[in-house]
Amino acid sequence: MKHLELTSLQIKEKILSKEIQAVDVIKHLFEWIKETEPNVQAYITTTEEESLRKAEEIDKKVKNNERVGLLAGIPIAIKDNICTKNLLTTCASQILKNFIPPYDAFVINRLKEEDAIIIGKTNLDEFAMGSSTENSSYKETRNPWDLERVPGGSSGGSAAAVASNLAFMALGSETGGSIRQPAAMCGVVGVKPTYGRVSRYGLIAFGSSLDQIGTLTKDIKDAAVLLQVISGHDACDSTSAPVPVPDYLHGIDSGINGLKIGIPKEYFADGLNTDIQKAIKDALGIYEKLGAEIIDISLPHTEYAVATYYLVATAEASSNLARYDGVRYGLRAGSEGGIVSMYCRTRSEGFGNEVKRRVMLGNYALSAGYYDAYYLKASKVRTLIKNDFDAAFEKVDCIICPTSPVPAFKIGERTNNPLEMYLTDVYTIPANLAGIPGISIPCGFSREGLPIGMQILGRYFEEKRLLQIAHTFEAETNFHLKTPPLKDPRWCRG
Amino acid sequence: MEYEVVIGLETHAELSTLTKLFCGCSTKFGVEPNTQVCPVCLGMPGVLPVMNKKAFEYSLKSALALHCEINKFTNFDRKSYYYPDLPKNYQISQNYYNLGVNGYMTIEVNGSTKKIRIHNVHLEEEAGKLIHPEEIGTNYSLVDFNRAGVPLLEIVSYPDMRGVDEVDSYMQTLRKILLYMDVSDCKMQEGSLRFEASISLREKGSDKLGNRVEIKNLNSMKAVIKAIEYEVGRQSKLLDRGETVARETRLWDAVTERSERMRSKEEAQDYRYFPEPDLLPVLIDEKWLHEIKGTIPELPLDRKLRFVEVFKLSDYDSGILTEEKVFADFFEECVKILNRPKAISNWIINDLLREVKDRKLDIHNLPIKPKQLASLIEIIEKGTISSTIAKEVFSEMIQSGKNPHAIIEEKKLAQISDESLIESIIEKVIATNPEAIEDYKKGKKNALSFLMGQVMKETKGKANPKIVNELLKGKVGV
Ligand SMILES: [Zn+2]
Repeated sequence: MKHLELTSLQIKEKILSKEIQAVDVIKHLFEWIKETEPNVQAYITTTEEESLRKAEEIDKKVKNNERVGLLAGIPIAIKDNICTKNLLTTCASQILKNFIPPYDAFVINRLKEEDAIIIGKTNLDEFAMGSSTENSSYKETRNPWDLERVPGGSSGGSAAAVASNLAFMALGSETGGSIRQPAAMCGVVGVKPTYGRVSRYGLIAFGSSLDQIGTLTKDIKDAAVLLQVISGHDACDSTSAPVPVPDYLHGIDSGINGLKIGIPKEYFADGLNTDIQKAIKDALGIYEKLGAEIIDISLPHTEYAVATYYLVATAEASSNLARYDGVRYGLRAGSEGGIVSMYCRTRSEGFGNEVKRRVMLGNYALSAGYYDAYYLKASKVRTLIKNDFDAAFEKVDCIICPTSPVPAFKIGERTNNPLEMYLTDVYTIPANLAGIPGISIPCGFSREGLPIGMQILGRYFEEKRLLQIAHTFEAETNFHLKTPPLKDPRWCRG
Repeated sequence: MEYEVVIGLETHAELSTLTKLFCGCSTKFGVEPNTQVCPVCLGMPGVLPVMNKKAFEYSLKSALALHCEINKFTNFDRKSYYYPDLPKNYQISQNYYNLGVNGYMTIEVNGSTKKIRIHNVHLEEEAGKLIHPEEIGTNYSLVDFNRAGVPLLEIVSYPDMRGVDEVDSYMQTLRKILLYMDVSDCKMQEGSLRFEASISLREKGSDKLGNRVEIKNLNSMKAVIKAIEYEVGRQSKLLDRGETVARETRLWDAVTERSERMRSKEEAQDYRYFPEPDLLPVLIDEKWLHEIKGTIPELPLDRKLRFVEVFKLSDYDSGILTEEKVFADFFEECVKILNRPKAISNWIINDLLREVKDRKLDIHNLPIKPKQLASLIEIIEKGTISSTIAKEVFSEMIQSGKNPHAIIEEKKLAQISDESLIESIIEKVIATNPEAIEDYKKGKKNALSFLMGQVMKETKGKANPKIVNELLKGKVGV
């Protein structure tokens, strides 16, 4: 495991100082992938040859003292719902099992420009619909801390890959917590930027008004540099914001003196695991000690967030997924019996149950006579939830709460109860509805040794402040340094 | 029973922007299938639309020309239905906040005007085109997405038309307005202008609307009229028999000249409209609106009435001149140079339009300039050439683009007014045609015209006819 436990910035430093070659990092990494991937199953596709080729290119640049990018030589994994030119992009769905995009997503272009090495595409819940990565139609990703448990989701593959050093950093995407929740469950740092901070161009849409690409990294500094690269306005995404991107690393350690932290009482209600409750309490103690002021606040419409989310997200999803019809790309399950039969067969065979469930829910919510009662009403509640946050941020600089009400649960434990599964996103969903940024950072371990995540939410476009707040905590603690006991023979299933 | 016909029209006009509504692909017509496509207009996973501002401005301009109220806040909505020519299986359109509402258009029927109210004007994207192979026994269809995403303006009228003559005038007037504003090429044969009609009948005098039938697949204005006539016949037969007209959508078949039911009201689709989350709402401020207003030209009907009033032209001639903006502009340019509106109008209507038609000229690139026509008319009025020669000169001007003076010079077409020269020619003609003189003396008056013709022939038509006539009369002793 030579160097694989280092952070992205550390490995980049070693590559730039010629202490190690990018090619060797890739070689070691793929040895580790061969050894560990059968247990973790984080990847749908890996790109060893292409990665080696790219690594050689970077080594050559370093050798010739040429200018290199911000992510030079850093092996990065990409959630498989982000389009990569000439590289299979499946969304973990059978309907896209043969889909090779003819274009790169905006973020992929940025990564390439900054000399990152894309080492593979990670597993997810089909079309990012799920909270455990169990809805993938390809494989079951396991939590590196306990292979019988889920990694969370839907960016479970990316979170598990970073946690088990199968990648130095990863991109994920969120619609209702799909970065922060698996980051919490796998013990890594997950950033969901403000809606509009990162271009969605090339992110395969689930709920367009909620979707946002973000980062999964080993620590805060890695998050800062990766966010730096992918942020900014993109003329190809009308919803991307023309707001300048600050230097996220600069002043990241400037502390939190005088910081006002809001604690929403609605987030510490029934159903919150007691280990998590304690970990958050301890973390707040650390912040207080470092000079922060803890203020009790209320976000009164929190209880409507999950219901609102499942109307907005499914309505948009039902429309976004209409294009998978077998006509132009992806799966076509036979064309006998005319076009309608082809549509039905393709979508019946191509989509899994959770996707079908949400498409049906969404179509129902949008149908004539129901639109006002469901979609329109949900949009109004969404505004109330936004207003809750606006009011809170008048009083406090950030909000701290648990990321997930429970640590990683057992595989199969919640698959038969969609509602219970949906509730694992209860703390993350409000930020997506409001569009505000959020970070999940490791803040402790449960009695079973499972990672616990703490969530920091902030004002629109205040990612920099959030990174500072998170970094201050990270610098005081060691939770992010622990690595999962993957070598334990109990988990080696041959 | 006597019925009143109630007709509303839905018009789709492709806007003539260079690129598509939500991507940078070209909108050029008639190129190889699927060569003007990109991930966006193919509805690939992960792509996002970016609005073409020009297309929006064209729509705004059209809505203003149709006297619509402009919604200061408008947005796009997704209209969902499955069809293989629709890449995303939803069309980005407008439903909840159309950009223009409550407008009207004035039409002219049999010399009087009528306002037809416009329900709304909105912008949406065009679908692709299905191609069904002609060979018998094939079991597939092809799709050409070149057209997918071309900006499409939809104009929905109220059911204010009461007969085919009004419908005809509505279609012509709307077409002219769109052409005048240069927002659409309105080529029905290329599908860039299409109509759908909804028709109902009611007892004369009643103000209750009857059951409405929508007719689709109307590929020409002629088809619209025929389909309405057919539908009026069909519905009145049903009503005469005491039956009810079913609310339905019918498809017109231009070959059999009949319509067939496509779907009943119960089968009507639920489009599940909701606001397009990938696009921001469009906010229209006064400044922008003012700018757009400034680009709207005088509309055809107004211009026609002005021509009648200001230039004292006939209603008919003014109508022809203002049919195409190009010719109305040409006319006004000419009049500015030479104040002879009637003569200019005659030349444009009788000669220029004929040449354009015969030679299939591109009207936006005419070989003759207003200044050239004005100088031709001036030359005629000075008597330098006869009107017969002038026709020849005009034809040459069209062909070569040369100035009339140059042509007259080059071809030595100037009129001969030298009396002694004409006299010597007359003498020659009389000498070679003594029998004509005899005939004339016997009372055959047309012998004079024969001699006149001979003189003109000798001079290749250049002799001043007035002088020839006078001298000839003197010679034969009238
Ligand atoms: Zn395109």
